[in-house]
Amino acid sequence: MRDLIFYLLIIGAGTGGELCVTRAMKEVGEVKDFRPAALLRVLLRALQVSWMWIGVALMATAFFSLLAVLSRENVSFVVPVTALSYGAGALGGKFFLGEKVTARRWAGVLLVCAGVTLVILGRR
Amino acid sequence: MTIARSLHFKTYLLILLMVIFGPLGNVLLGKGMKQIGATGASAGVFGQLSRILTSGSIWLGIASLITFFVAYMLVLSWADYSYVQPASAVAYGMVALLAHYMLREVVTPLRWAGVGLICLGVLVVGHTPPRTTESN
Repeated sequence: MRDLIFYLLIIGAGTGGELCVTRAMKEVGEVKDFRPAALLRVLLRALQVSWMWIGVALMATAFFSLLAVLSRENVSFVVPVTALSYGAGALGGKFFLGEKVTARRWAGVLLVCAGVTLVILGRR
Repeated sequence: MTIARSLHFKTYLLILLMVIFGPLGNVLLGKGMKQIGATGASAGVFGQLSRILTSGSIWLGIASLITFFVAYMLVLSWADYSYVQPASAVAYGMVALLAHYMLREVVTPLRWAGVGLICLGVLVVGHTPPRTTESN
């Protein structure tokens, strides 16, 4: 039961955090200059977007939940299970970020989810 | 055309960094937490936290994940989230491989099959354009 809450936090807070970070980075704009000073400026600009902070807080929550389950379960089980966030990610991309998720992408996401199911079934 | 090609190159390069450092980070965290979990079950929250913060594996894992995260943030400044997220799923194959060889975890055939399906899903997603939203 405790593990279930941690898995939900890894998937829910992790996906939510990534969606917020994406939204923040889209506000910052496309990165075209990869020199260290320019990257630092991008980082500083990103930190001024409030979505970034919400995203980081959510991702930190997911991170500590991940540490908690990793202390008991194998990495090769925990990490594939967290791939369930793919369904949540595609939905979030569509409804929160306004991305057009094509039928082909949905097919890919479905394959990923089927793979996760096998990983869960193969647990021992 | 050239712009599209360089956009693809940039995207693939950063996804490669993500695929290497993300799994490495998770495996190192797993290694560190297994060591801590085995000895620190009876310690309180602060005892546990201080064990976490003094573990070399954990810090190496965090450094790897920061590298992953920077690459991820950069790629998300132009590519769709629903494109990048599944594309990074190759990382799941890497996690299984690293966990098997570095941590000696037993990966069952069914688990390998699942990881294979995940990678297949990634290939399907990789054949869609990286951006569908308007750029500002």
